[in-house]
Amino acid sequence: MCLGIPGRIVEITTDIMAKADVAGTRKEINLMLVEDVRIGDYVIVHAGFAIQKVNEQEAQETLRILKEFTEGMSP
Amino acid sequence: MKQERILLSHGSGGKLSYQLTQEMFLKAFDNEFLSPLNDQAIFDLSASRLAFTTDSFVVSPIFFPGGDIGKLSVCGTINDLAVGGAEPVYLSASFIIEEGILIQELRIIVDSMARTARQTGVKIITGDTKVVEKGKGDKLFINTSGIGIIRNDRTFSPHLIRPGDMILVSGSMGDHGIAILCHREGIQMEVPVESDCAPLYNLVHDMVSQSDGIRAMRDPTRGGLATTLNELAISSNYGMIIKEDLIPVKEEVRGACEILGFDPLYLANEGKLIVIASQESATAVLEIMKKNPLGRDAALIGTVVDKPQGKVLLETAIGNKRFLDMLSGEQLPRIC
Amino acid sequence: MKYIDEFRQRDAARKILEKIHGISGKKVTIMEICGTHTHTIAKYGIRNSLPSNIRLISGPGCPVCVTSAADINKVVEFCKREKDVIIATFGDMMRVPGTESSLQEQKAMGKDIRVVYSPLGALDIAMANSGKQVILYAVGFETTVPTVAATILLAREKGIKNFSALALHKLTPPAMMALLDSGELDLDGFLCPGHVTAIIGAKAYQFLAKKYHAPCVVAGFEPLDALYGLYLLMKQLEEGKAEIEIQYKRVVTWDGNIKAQRIIEKVFEICDSNWRGIGKIPLSGLRLKEEFAHFEAEKRFSLANGIDEELQGCACGKVLKGIITPDQCPFFGSTCTPETPAGPCMVSFEGTCAAYYKYGYSQYKTTD
Repeated sequence: MCLGIPGRIVEITTDIMAKADVAGTRKEINLMLVEDVRIGDYVIVHAGFAIQKVNEQEAQETLRILKEFTEGMSP
Repeated sequence: MKQERILLSHGSGGKLSYQLTQEMFLKAFDNEFLSPLNDQAIFDLSASRLAFTTDSFVVSPIFFPGGDIGKLSVCGTINDLAVGGAEPVYLSASFIIEEGILIQELRIIVDSMARTARQTGVKIITGDTKVVEKGKGDKLFINTSGIGIIRNDRTFSPHLIRPGDMILVSGSMGDHGIAILCHREGIQMEVPVESDCAPLYNLVHDMVSQSDGIRAMRDPTRGGLATTLNELAISSNYGMIIKEDLIPVKEEVRGACEILGFDPLYLANEGKLIVIASQESATAVLEIMKKNPLGRDAALIGTVVDKPQGKVLLETAIGNKRFLDMLSGEQLPRIC
Repeated sequence: MKYIDEFRQRDAARKILEKIHGISGKKVTIMEICGTHTHTIAKYGIRNSLPSNIRLISGPGCPVCVTSAADINKVVEFCKREKDVIIATFGDMMRVPGTESSLQEQKAMGKDIRVVYSPLGALDIAMANSGKQVILYAVGFETTVPTVAATILLAREKGIKNFSALALHKLTPPAMMALLDSGELDLDGFLCPGHVTAIIGAKAYQFLAKKYHAPCVVAGFEPLDALYGLYLLMKQLEEGKAEIEIQYKRVVTWDGNIKAQRIIEKVFEICDSNWRGIGKIPLSGLRLKEEFAHFEAEKRFSLANGIDEELQGCACGKVLKGIITPDQCPFFGSTCTPETPAGPCMVSFEGTCAAYYKYGYSQYKTTD
């Protein structure tokens, strides 16, 4: 339905444009759809726009749950 | 030459054509077969087995990070000869030029062809130039044909592939495809990746002179690894299983692919080999490849199996298997 | 790659699969609404690794696939008629066949049709070609809608006169409701789309739990996201629950992206829409508001309605509704392949038929 990739904001170029980095590849993206984006933040990039910020805390939490879930099992 | 740009008259066969040949092509490619400027090059090869191939190059843009259309046109033909086990010796070069291209640009391309040919000890011994009207071409098309000598009685062919053989690649996949793509209109992406465009003869020579376990070689150009492996599977009538985790792909290329919705296994390479080697020799072949700068990142990525016949299976990053099909259509940036 | 590779771990995937296999043998039908899930599931070979009691069917979540033949014909006819226009569209739309032709074929015949990665690309083309009209031909669900809305706002702000949009956007929840109401399907639960929900918020699925007692899990698109999402859904089904759960918490919230929602509301209003294979679904589409009428390509160029004729025998409609799997369509793999697609489900990268064909999971069991 909708391709969206997490990219890290590395440069804010104008009031609405920024550069996002995905594994060393940099793409110009538009920030009009998100609020309060700072350098270092991760955003989901879709069709040249940041459509949402990635919540780092929640990401860690999901990874923790996955880890607990998979490690808590007998091999 | 006084003109700054190529004009229709440069292809008319008159004075300007002569000038272009003399001052550009002869200067760059200079050799005893070309300099008489006959309608043909006459040579003696005294070899019983020869390889002959042809390829046309229409890449856009004509200059890209890591190379240009000239380098590409020489590498492409050298590589097509090399993967058959032939030593490339003579090339022809035919130019179809759209009027208006800067003579300086053409000169850079021609010099780059000469340099690449010299690197592998290949001579460009005959050629042709045509100029088409503005709008009837895309700056420059180059066709090269090549002749190579097969110095022993060895054959490399998909028909020699057997179950149990190993599949190797000489380095990271997709570099050329991504390097070209980023310079297309509307993509606006900065990828610190250069085209891998390189002549592979020296690498192939190292391999075949030190190992006799190599069954077949291919260069995975258009259609990428996935398409070339499918071709090998179909010609050999065996199956292939490769592991996603083992396929070398540069991080930046993966990143670019994620953004555009591309699969690096379908991207073109211009300086990479796929090698099928017997099980016993595979590790040794890998070591030989790694010693050559062009095979530094070589990897063993899978094996040949009995079944499914003519198909390629991919063991995905999470351990499941699925088919890996040939490329259909072209990869286009997608939103979904 | 951060936030990507962590969610592609082999060992974790094996363990989640193990856990799913251990839940119960209860027969359930789960719909993954979103084409990107269909694609992830196919690309990572997930479908065949699931226990046989779980029937995973693909829903109408590929924007290319649900675009009606009439809408494709409309733009193809327009292309044929107009000389001095540039059509900018997403790569996904190029190969979709209308009744007679596709945009790809029109391009081959000399029409100026360009693939853009972003709607902003169309704006750039308009600025670089002031003598020509540029039409953004856009499809997409709620994820893509705000990007088109923002582009139209920018066009107005910059006073770009030669830009307009033919925006055929569709909304997800009304389609889910229509599927449930049709009675053609017996669905036990939904794997809901992560990026659509990033915009509209998980609260948009309240009707599922309340009215239909259908559990749903909003999941991300990496393989571990999809697998863990399926696990959570199976657990709800096992426990007889019907809740809205968010697995993709790093991106999805209950309320969604309010700023994006406001931008959508500024530019678009809700209308009825025609879905391929499903027909008209009330309040499931969007059109430009009156104040943006001059950016509406349809009005500006009085685009005629295309003929609404789908290829006889093509079962995309039934595939889109999850009534049949692609291999049950008589065309599948014979007259309809990715090279010669008969219907949009075979064209689109994330179309169900393309995923079945390309990754061949009907033919190969991962346990072999």
